[in-house]
Amino acid sequence: MSNEATIQHDTHTHDTHDAHAHHEHAHHEHKQHFLSKYVFSMDHKIISRQFLITGMFWAIAGGLMSVFFRLQLGFPDQTFSVLSKFLGEWARGGKMDPEMYYGLVTIHGTVLVFFVLTGGLSGTFSNFLIPLQIGARDMASPFLNMLSYWFFALASVVMFSSLFINTGPASGGWTTYPPLSALKEASMGSGLGMDLWLVSMAFFIISSLLGGLNYIVTVLNMRTKGMSMTRMPLTIWAFLFTAVLGVLSFPVLLSAAVLLLFDRHAGTSFYLSEIFIAGRALPNVGGSAILYQHLFWFLGHPEVYIIMLPAMGMASEILSTHSRKPIFGYFAMILSLIGITVLAFLVWAHHMFVTGMSPFLGGIFVLLTLLIAIPSAVKVFNWLTTIWKGNIRFTPAMLFALGFVSLFISGGLTGLFLGNSALDIHLHDTYFVVAHFHIVMGISAFFGMFAGIYHWFPKMYGRFMNNTLGYVHFFITFVGAYVIFWPMHYEGVAGMPRRYYEYSAWESFKQFGELNQMISVAAIIVFFAQLLFVFNYFVSVWKGRKVTDPNPWKANSLEWTTPILPGHGNWDGPIPEVHRWAYDYKDNGEGGDFIPQHIPLREGEADEHH
Amino acid sequence: MSGLLLVLLVALIFVVLYQVARSSEMVARIQGEEVFDKKRNKILAFSMLVLMVAFFVGIYACHRYMMPLMAPQAASDHGKNYDFMFFVTLMVTGFIFVLTQILLFWFAYKYQRTGEKVPFHFAHSTKLELVWTTIPAIAMAVLVAIGLKAWFTMTSEAPKGAMQIEIVGKQFNWISRYPGPDGVLGKRYFTNINDKDNILGLDWKDQKNMDDIIVPNGELRLIKDKPVELLIGSRDVIHDVGLSHFRMKMDAVPGITSRLWFTPIITTEEMKKITGNENFVYELSCDQMCGKGHYSMRAVIIVETQAEHDAWLAKQQSYYAQNHTTEAPAAEAPKVDSAKSITMNIK
Repeated sequence: MSNEATIQHDTHTHDTHDAHAHHEHAHHEHKQHFLSKYVFSMDHKIISRQFLITGMFWAIAGGLMSVFFRLQLGFPDQTFSVLSKFLGEWARGGKMDPEMYYGLVTIHGTVLVFFVLTGGLSGTFSNFLIPLQIGARDMASPFLNMLSYWFFALASVVMFSSLFINTGPASGGWTTYPPLSALKEASMGSGLGMDLWLVSMAFFIISSLLGGLNYIVTVLNMRTKGMSMTRMPLTIWAFLFTAVLGVLSFPVLLSAAVLLLFDRHAGTSFYLSEIFIAGRALPNVGGSAILYQHLFWFLGHPEVYIIMLPAMGMASEILSTHSRKPIFGYFAMILSLIGITVLAFLVWAHHMFVTGMSPFLGGIFVLLTLLIAIPSAVKVFNWLTTIWKGNIRFTPAMLFALGFVSLFISGGLTGLFLGNSALDIHLHDTYFVVAHFHIVMGISAFFGMFAGIYHWFPKMYGRFMNNTLGYVHFFITFVGAYVIFWPMHYEGVAGMPRRYYEYSAWESFKQFGELNQMISVAAIIVFFAQLLFVFNYFVSVWKGRKVTDPNPWKANSLEWTTPILPGHGNWDGPIPEVHRWAYDYKDNGEGGDFIPQHIPLREGEADEHH
Repeated sequence: MSGLLLVLLVALIFVVLYQVARSSEMVARIQGEEVFDKKRNKILAFSMLVLMVAFFVGIYACHRYMMPLMAPQAASDHGKNYDFMFFVTLMVTGFIFVLTQILLFWFAYKYQRTGEKVPFHFAHSTKLELVWTTIPAIAMAVLVAIGLKAWFTMTSEAPKGAMQIEIVGKQFNWISRYPGPDGVLGKRYFTNINDKDNILGLDWKDQKNMDDIIVPNGELRLIKDKPVELLIGSRDVIHDVGLSHFRMKMDAVPGITSRLWFTPIITTEEMKKITGNENFVYELSCDQMCGKGHYSMRAVIIVETQAEHDAWLAKQQSYYAQNHTTEAPAAEAPKVDSAKSITMNIK
């Protein structure tokens, strides 16, 4: 498992062209077959782009679904020809069928949580940055890494195909609670659509496990000489804990899914008991519908941090780099990551305060849940102190990182309402929850992801993304996100339930009709702003301004010591040795304000982090 | 056709934006990257201040717009507790929110890059970190303490003498059951259910069932200032009894009976006066996704005085009597229920 061995073949080729390493390198890449270079690639950088582009596909698909159901929510008494165009029989005459409404809500949630913000986020950046930032030529197992992507692709195909079957996709919400999801009599989406959902999730979990194990092994074993754990950039720490969370919690979801499949097809009663449906009493007795919720949320809550941690790590890196200041409280940041990781496993039942669970148990979960506020607060204050007295460059990446902090604060604080069971007993399953999790793990994780893309795009493609479009993207998205989700808190406080197709028959909620319209319009505008980002991305891949400086942001971490467009193997020569921590933004004695990790300590200079 | 035009329009806007963006790069090259970057950095730094002001003005405007639309004061004793707790949590989080958001945007503006400068190397301070570990910890301890006190109060055993009502969810309506003169709800089991004459599956061997009253549209009749305990069940999938005006909710899970108690403190009539809304009505909403009719799973709650309640009760016939007379004319009357209107809604 040595660094050099993993891509023996490639480095060997490099050696033969040693004299013109750089020039020949490009030449060599051309000779590789298209299939092995871009499709069944084992290069972590290509795999990361595969994750990213698949994630983008799902983000657009999932976003479009939200546009459709926002049309229904904002304008329940109107018809839209675009709906009948896309949804066909499911929107006859331009009016969306409730079954399809719930199907879209379900698939929107599923693909954004899992395919975009897990696969697309940690799949992309763990893959891209771990080898580059720790100084490795590739992942510990490039082959498993490739498999990880292809299982993700398989999961994607299965999930996408479920949109086209005649009983429609799964429609019980992204949490797919049984008995609704277990009984095909209970809803159309609980037919074949639900089976495809479960199979797709099983493939996704395999993908995530293959990826996660690989990330952990790579971080622990393949760091270059001098790269002690406490010299790693916080991105790597975040990816490491993300992988640990995934490896320990995803298998539990798999078991939940398998038991659900048994209940659906093998006549078992794990989740079913005393049910009378479609005119008959089912034979199942003794199961517990609540069991599924425990299993689901045992993954479901860590999943939130699987989404958040990479965004936190990248924001830390970007805030520090563009403020030209070391990250404040490096060890406190690591400790808070550890705190969050441990607590992530101990809070799952706060999603279940109103299931009738023991109030005493509920009390324990309140306590443990609110504890998470402490490491989160530490992180926020450390970010603020990082930019304090900095020398800030407002690149698009920096703007998104700042936006990330703002959204994380807003969404994190509303968690203190929901984590307190005596408040949750009213706010549970209302729009307050919708607002909370969209801001804190939806939009803010997206901001972390955008920051990462703008920041590392030059490393990915050797070109910059267009700045101006980046700024337009930032301002529309930031303002739009708050316009969409801020008023939803109020709706939730008024008790407006989520997952409703229409509110006009409700004396208590119909007064929000005008507001729902406004939210829908904002959502559509924000959706188009994301298309602008995708447009910018792909135009810049081919037409963007070329990178001429291998270290365009003047950053310290190792990825900027590679050639502008690194080949498979990352460094042409030997892997650089590391002599200092990743955040040495200080006077380098020659008028510069940073000292990259591979620069040896000057005489008499003390290493702050050994 | 209009769809195609829309796509073309969006594509056109993108291309125009892109050309503008490209030209800004061109300008940068002409002006010199350094000068241009400096100017742009300054503008962007200023935009952080603008964003901050817009943010707080927006929040204020939103608040002004929303407050008149909000639910009226809590209509139960637990709800009053809830409102108090909500206020405390809002103050704590609101303070942190305003403080951190202002710092964030202010720092971003204040510490904009104005040229090369020797960076301020400040990587660590145990004192500061201890401060912002301890203060949130204390604040959390306070919130947990208040929260758990309220939580254990509302989840405690219902007081003696509380009236009991059973509320059962099914796709897609609620059914409520009152104990009748004997004050006790009889046994029921799901295998006894049939939609013709035993919608809750009452066990007719249990004498306590004989006087039980079933209201098939789930109407809940509560008495002001009298504690009520809801016994919550479901016939098919998971539902949730959402009582937004009383600030509570509880899942209805098949195979499990969950419980919830509270004391209503404002009658429907009083609330009509308080809100100035002649049509005001307490509503019970299903708050757990339960299928395609989820959004229409509504029942009405009436809070009345003891006298009004007694008068209503006197007029009710037991479910058994309704379904076990030779000619049962009255039986069908209350069955014009939400189940039917809901199916109409969906189709």
